[in-house]
Formats: sequence, C-alpha cells, structure tokens
Amino acid sequence: MADPEIKSYEPVHENLSAAVTESRSARTVLMTIAFVFLGIFLLLPLVIVFKEAFAKGVGAYFASLNDHDTLSAIHLTLLVAVIAVPLNVVFGIAAAWAIAKFEFKGKAFLTTLIDLPFSVSPVISGLVYVLLFGAQAVLGPWLKSHGIEILFAVPGIVLATVFVTFPFVARELIPLMQEQGNGDEEAALSLGANGWQVFRYVTLPNIKWGLLYGVLLCNARAMGEFGAVSVVSGHIRGMTNTMPLHVEILYNEYNAVGAFAVASLLAGLALVTLILKTILEMRYGAELAATRGH
Amino acid sequence: MEVRVANVRKEFDRFPALRDVSLDIRSGELIALLGPSGSGKTTLLRLIAGLERPTTGKIFFGDEDASSKTIQERNVGFVFQHYALFRHMTVADNIGFGLKVRPGATRPSKEEIRGRASELLNLVQLSGLEKRYPAQLSGGQRQRVALARAMAIEPKVLLLDEPFGALDAQVRRELRRWLRDIHDTTGHTTVFVTHDQEEALELADRVVVMSQGQIEQIGTADEVYDTPNSPFVFGFIGESSSLPVRIADGQVWIADRPIGLSAPNHPAGDALLYFRPHDIELLDGCSGCIAGTVVASRRVAGTRRVELEIGGERQRVEIELPVDHIATQKSRIAFRPSRWKLFPVKAPAN
Repeated sequence: MADPEIKSYEPVHENLSAAVTESRSARTVLMTIAFVFLGIFLLLPLVIVFKEAFAKGVGAYFASLNDHDTLSAIHLTLLVAVIAVPLNVVFGIAAAWAIAKFEFKGKAFLTTLIDLPFSVSPVISGLVYVLLFGAQAVLGPWLKSHGIEILFAVPGIVLATVFVTFPFVARELIPLMQEQGNGDEEAALSLGANGWQVFRYVTLPNIKWGLLYGVLLCNARAMGEFGAVSVVSGHIRGMTNTMPLHVEILYNEYNAVGAFAVASLLAGLALVTLILKTILEMRYGAELAATRGH
Repeated sequence: MEVRVANVRKEFDRFPALRDVSLDIRSGELIALLGPSGSGKTTLLRLIAGLERPTTGKIFFGDEDASSKTIQERNVGFVFQHYALFRHMTVADNIGFGLKVRPGATRPSKEEIRGRASELLNLVQLSGLEKRYPAQLSGGQRQRVALARAMAIEPKVLLLDEPFGALDAQVRRELRRWLRDIHDTTGHTTVFVTHDQEEALELADRVVVMSQGQIEQIGTADEVYDTPNSPFVFGFIGESSSLPVRIADGQVWIADRPIGLSAPNHPAGDALLYFRPHDIELLDGCSGCIAGTVVASRRVAGTRRVELEIGGERQRVEIELPVDHIATQKSRIAFRPSRWKLFPVKAPAN
C-alpha cells in the first residue's frame, strides 16, 4: 500500500508547476508580442540611427562629427555632465542621508520634493528658470548688472540639468540606506570614529554600488536632456547647444548624416549605460543579497 | 570602572521610555538588564553608552559626570544584537577599526594593530580567521568578532544589547558560558540586555528586572528567584501560578475554606497567592488544602505539568508532578504550596 503513495507524489508536484504556467501557445503569443513590440519601437529606431549616420559612408560620418559646431556641442554636453553629476552626487547623498537616518518634521515633504523633477515636465522646469532669471524677472537684471549671465548661457543649462537629474542619485540611495539602518554607523561611533571617518570607512563602502548605479543613470539623463535645456539654452550654435539640441538643429537643416551621426553618439552612450547598468545590477544584486544574509 | 545611573528619565516624543531610573554598577561586575520588550532595558543601555541623551538625570563613570560626553569620548565597547560588523572589511580590519580611527598621536602602528587583532581573535577562540569576511562566518562567530572589536579599544565598560538574541538555542547556551569565561578573564565591567531570564540568571552577578520603564528589583539570581518583591517579578522570573485569596484571622482562605497556610503578619483583605508549580506538596485528605479538577496534563521534559481548575471561580493553576506519580491518574488533586508569597490586591482605581 505504501508504494502507490510514494508514486503519487511526483505527479502532484508536476501538476503544481503546470498549474502556474500558461499553455505553450499562450506563452508563444505573449513572447511574440513582447519581442515584436520591442523590435518596432526600440530596436528598429536604433538600427535606423546608425544606418542613416553611415548612409554616405564612414568618411562622411567622421567629417560631420569633426564639424566645429558639433565638437562644441559635444564639449558643452560633457562640461554640463561633469558639473551637474558631481553636484547631484553631493546633494543626493546629503538628501538620502537626511531622509534615511534621521527623523525630522517635513521629512515626507522633502521626499515628495525630491520626486518633483520626475513628475514635472522638463519644459516646465526650463520655463521656471526663464521666469526666475529672464530679462523681465527679478533676479535676471540684478545678476546681469553684476556680470553674471544665467539664461542663454552655460550656467542656465547646468541649473536646468541639475534640476532634471536631481532624483536619480537620491532615489537610488534612500531605500538602500533605509534598509541598512544606523547599526553600522553607531558601531563605528562607539569605536571612536568621528563623523567623517564614519562616512569614509563605513557608510560610503556600504552604498558604493547603489551610488554608482545612480551616477550612471544621472549621467545618461544629464547628457540626453532636451526639454529643460532647450528652453534655457537659446540655441546659440557653437555656444549654448548641447548634443540633443544640436541633433534637432541639424535635422531641421536637412543635414541627415550630421544629425544622425551626433544621434549615434547619444545612442552609443545609451548602450554603454545599459551594459554598465546590467553589469552593476548583477554585482549590486549580489551585494544586496549579502546585505540581507548579513 | 563604576557606573552610576542617577534618576534618569528618558522621553521619546513625550512618551516616557524610562521613568526615574537609578542604578549603581560596581566595577568588574557582570550585570543583566532583564525585562519584556518595551520595558526600557535597551534604552537604559543606550543611555549608558551615549547613543541616547537622558531627558533628565545624570550618568557617572566613576566620579566623572559622563552625561554630556559623546559616545566617542565615553570609550565604551558596544555589541549590537545584529552584530553590525562592517561587511566590506575582513575580520582583522573589523577588530582593528577602533584603533585605526584614533587620532595620529595615539594611533598604534599597523603591525601593532594587526598584533592586537590576532591577540583578541585568540581570546574569542577564532584564531586563523583574520582574512575572512563577516558574510563567511556563522552567527555565533560574528558575535564573537563583534565582542573582540568592542574590546579592542580597551573600553571602560562593555555594553551588550541582546548579544545572543539572533542566535539559535544551542549556540546561545555555548556563548553564554564563553562570555562568562571571557568576563572572568578580562574583568571588564559588563552590562548586557536580555529578555531571556535563563540567560540573565545563569550569566549575571546581579540581575536588574525592568518593567514599563522602571526597575522592579535588583538582585542576584537567587534573590530575584526566591524572594521576588512584586507580582511582576514573581510572574516574569520562572514559572509561577497565582490564585486570588482572602486573608482573615491570620489565615489564607479561598472562598469559604482555609487552605492551611497561615499569614499572621499579613493585613486582612483580598490578596494574590503566588507559588512555583514545583514548590507544592500533595495531600491525601483535604482538611485545609487547595483542591482542583484536572483539566490538562502535559509532559515537560522530566516532569509532568498538571493544570487544575480550582473552586467555583474556575481559576486555573499549574502544578508540577513526577512523571510516574500516581496522582497524575486522578481526576481531582489536593495540594498545598510549600513555598509561597502573598501580594495585597490594590483596590482598582476608579
């Protein structure tokens, strides 16, 4: 009598796993939809960017990249990223630290405020700076009389970029730091470490992968931002054009090769970001798992 | 180092976590703060450490007022329930951390720090694990490393917050004995928090029983177990049963029957009778006893626990009998506590 009982165990197990899985045909349909959709809306445009960029050959591609205005746009984009990303790293760590490690009044408000750039259209954030620093606004003329140009100049572009990319680092760190709690920091304090030593030796190593991940996303967005920058930049060729703006200008001038050549650089940046992000996720996931096991 | 807690009160958002707590800890003593969760024991430990500041009251280290000192200045070794080891550092680096972060003038050389780390690893019986990372250690090993790390800074006081709380029963017992040995070897003044009475009674020189932000009783294991000073301590430490009784004519009564216990010095009126399940004697006839109907009987290790329903009020008490005692077959059992204590019932405040 014991025999059939033992045998019955296996099929039951199989039934269980079959019960939570769709039939073969349903699976095929779902996967086909997903792949076709991704193909049409993501892969195809990416292929077209590179195809158009190389439409007149490799020589024309590099020639259009070597254009003075294009090089200036690349230079400006890199400059903006180099300023905006470190600023947001500092702000992001400070904000995440405050939210994750302390209790204070207005904490929920601060959390909401950090998300604001995600919920507001970038064009609106650009317009806010125009209203703040424009010729008709309060701050604009005063700053101008002191020789400081914000609008239609590099500072305005940096400000707009910082605003739009602010949430990336903070958003990445807050849940991580909340999960880790204060224990390690308290231990370090009890062992005599001062505030800086606690940050340098304990907090920073604990958050480094999350921080890197946030920096990567922040950087990708800083280089690719269009809306907010478009409003404040003034589109002065060779002066205040970033790469995304330059793509638009070239395209409007029917310079397809030039436009797509610059676009291919941005697409390349996106691909590199994606690859790094995947590598980090693998690494970072293991780190998080170790955190939980600890 | 002696530690004196003087009239300390601590509030969190106006909610009192500790109300007027005073405690003298002698130098070299191993003392346990024991209580249920929410009794304020961890808050008291964190106040001594300097991780929290008292709302009122003072904390002295020796003759020195430490109340306004930061945790770094107090030089205490703190061990956390969840170890709080630095997961990106090796065991040796963890233990050496407190020495590495010292200011230049007092910082030992790298070799000295490494030497001190292996010395301490030896003390906590983990020699050879210097290069491991915390994730590669078992829970018990991690807590040993945490203790070694706390001792590396030569603390004035060792403070342990539920040090074995996250470990399984077997490891707990092992580490308990080990901690006692370490304490006897090093002689650090040590305060540890626990909700496990067995741990507190077995390990500590003195036990501080806490409840609702106050100290209920301070005493040795024998004192708090044999002469509890409040119903709370009697109920919290060890097994206990209680029955509502009445005192009249120097006798203890249940309903209208005297139970054969005399309480000449106890004021007349309602009271609660407390006794341990094993501190009873069985009686055959019932001329002055507590008699009850057996409602349940459980085997607990080497003895049998019998649950009885007493009198018309159907109060339930537990008594302990030898496993093969004849009385376990009966449906009615008569007994009398051989050791017991009476606590007056306070009139309900309404």
